[in-house]
Amino acid sequence: MKNPRLIPEPMPLELLDFFQYIRQLISDGHLLLNYFGSSEKLIYALFGKDGELKLLSAPFPISESYDSLTPEFPAFNMYERLLYEEFGILPEGHPWLKSVRNHLPKEEKHEDYPYLMSDSPLLHEVGVGPVHAGVIEPGHFRFICKGERVKHLEIQLGYQHRGIEKLFLEGDIREKSHLAESIAGDTAIGHNLAYCLALEALSDSPGAAMPIRFIALEMERAAMHLADLSALGTDIAYIMGQNLFAALRTTVINSALAICGSRFGKRWLTPGGVNYGINKEQADILRDTLKEVRAQVINSAEAMFGNSSVLSRFDDTGVLSSADVIALGISGMAAKASGIPSDARLDFPLPEQNSFEPFTIYSGDVYARALLRYREIIQSIDIVLSLLFKLDFEAETKRELGNFSPSSIAISIVEGWRGRIIHMIKTNAACEVVWYKMLDPSFVNWQGLALAMRETAISDFPICNKSFNLSYCGSDL
Amino acid sequence: MINLLKARITHGYQAIPNPLTTGIHPSFPGRPEIVEGADLSPLIPLCPTGAISDKGIDMGLCVFCGLCERTAPEIISFMPDYKMAADSREKLIIAPGQKEMPKITPPMPRLTRRSFAMRNVSAGGCNACEQELGASSNVNFDIGRYGIEVEASPRHTDAVILTGPISKNMAYALLETYKSIPKPKFIILCGTCAISGGSFASSDQIDRSFIESFEAQLYIPGCPAHPLSIVHAIHSFMGAK
Repeated sequence: MKNPRLIPEPMPLELLDFFQYIRQLISDGHLLLNYFGSSEKLIYALFGKDGELKLLSAPFPISESYDSLTPEFPAFNMYERLLYEEFGILPEGHPWLKSVRNHLPKEEKHEDYPYLMSDSPLLHEVGVGPVHAGVIEPGHFRFICKGERVKHLEIQLGYQHRGIEKLFLEGDIREKSHLAESIAGDTAIGHNLAYCLALEALSDSPGAAMPIRFIALEMERAAMHLADLSALGTDIAYIMGQNLFAALRTTVINSALAICGSRFGKRWLTPGGVNYGINKEQADILRDTLKEVRAQVINSAEAMFGNSSVLSRFDDTGVLSSADVIALGISGMAAKASGIPSDARLDFPLPEQNSFEPFTIYSGDVYARALLRYREIIQSIDIVLSLLFKLDFEAETKRELGNFSPSSIAISIVEGWRGRIIHMIKTNAACEVVWYKMLDPSFVNWQGLALAMRETAISDFPICNKSFNLSYCGSDL
Repeated sequence: MINLLKARITHGYQAIPNPLTTGIHPSFPGRPEIVEGADLSPLIPLCPTGAISDKGIDMGLCVFCGLCERTAPEIISFMPDYKMAADSREKLIIAPGQKEMPKITPPMPRLTRRSFAMRNVSAGGCNACEQELGASSNVNFDIGRYGIEVEASPRHTDAVILTGPISKNMAYALLETYKSIPKPKFIILCGTCAISGGSFASSDQIDRSFIESFEAQLYIPGCPAHPLSIVHAIHSFMGAK
């Protein structure tokens, strides 16, 4: 089984070999999936290619510094910054070493944070946040503008940092579903599924009820995409779209509540299977509801994308180039809207998952990200409908987890509605958990928003931001 | 145009006619009920957030994961009742045999009964409570019909509505926002994380000193709080007729 995957703890390489191997893997077309330091004073690098995963590790350098990989491979930017912040390992020559979640030791106050500044009298700065004008999570955005044009956007997060990775190590790791669901509450199912799969891989006991899990995952995707189309409507004062899509989202998430009790699918999945199965009657209701939703989504979206004033705001706004997507390792929706078919359902299929072909759109603008959502809503509803059609109502819903494997690392990859979610868990020789790592696509994808804003009017920031709709807490953990 | 008309006709009338009395799907886990005289001790170590004690279930700690209900359905049932909010922390503890929540006493009904404006601060919130608070204003729940608004500027509001367990890095911004609200002002805690720190209470990256310095006047439990709970809670709190 390739995903989720259990691998024996890799032998740490010599540092020189480690970095040489990394360069070789990248030149062979491997994709950087994660790069992080651990409490055992090791640096890990995870790569993927053709569904295969490669994990390498090396001890922290004795000098506590090494030659930064970021100038050569920008995809390392965020990871190297975090490695420096968490463990003080200095990537020498990193173009812009700043804190990620907490302030670096030398900066005592937030005011000391090294924002990019300009003395030019032609430029002005706009600072927004951490408390924003709406009901959203906190983050700070600092724009450098020339007139209405954004020359540079700096996104400084960390306000949401809750130390969640450490909390996974308190008590029994098998009972952390409620925490996994709170990594990013809008991706409760995506993250909880990744958590469940990682534990199941570690105990070599495949989970039950995979079709129900996929139904949950695709319903979350459809619901969140509907929420985003509604929000995009709000931000361009297209009130019809705002209300049509908000009502459709309510219908989808209320259908989740009818099964598991939570509109966000919290408490639905559990390690070993699901807490709440779907019976014949529930399946019939869900199928009928989703068919109605599907038809109404088409009506509403065709109306929205056929409206010239909507198109004039979406078209060519906030363009993210495919070259930037590849260079930074941006995944999921933001990548697919820029022509890069990055989708874990294609790249790292899960057991019992049907073959999958992602949509890609090439223009990379707000229009592409909005249209992609429309396409994916229909696609996700169709996946749910076909899973419901084949659903075995007698199938078991939950299996017991076996004992954890010693000295191993389990890796699970799930395509959440934003993109690639990766959870990793490591055990020692006594089968105790050493560390738990999670990666939300937002951590990397925020850079995409910053780049998309360049040369865009500052008044278009809300729709650009909404078109990415990245997670603050998923990035800050 | 024809698509828009089709969409508008299918859309129909989406507003819930009366969100204060409407029913909710029976699978919604709301206000818990515990059988009178039940022995809760075997369930105490089971609860992931320590919400169960001899006294009952503390909705301020409960994340509504349903583990206790699935384990002992004959003792505990979470009722499809979204009227879960309380005006004091102690009232969130549901004792065995308790069948409904005590009434919320509006602190200043003469000032607030016609309109009530809030400023939301998300401080470590996972975006579930934030979305449910946002949904309270949407076409279905339409909290605006009661004169309740979530405003951008704290200067224009009567209360801060807090979501999230208060991350260290947001403690200062939360305090500054609260200080910017003109008196008289209120603190509303929305969701289990805001009320008690929830699943994050034991983290060293959480700073609850704001809650210790200022007393909240309204507590809306849930993980996340359901929009109907939010509408009911704030409507009761403002003292609308």
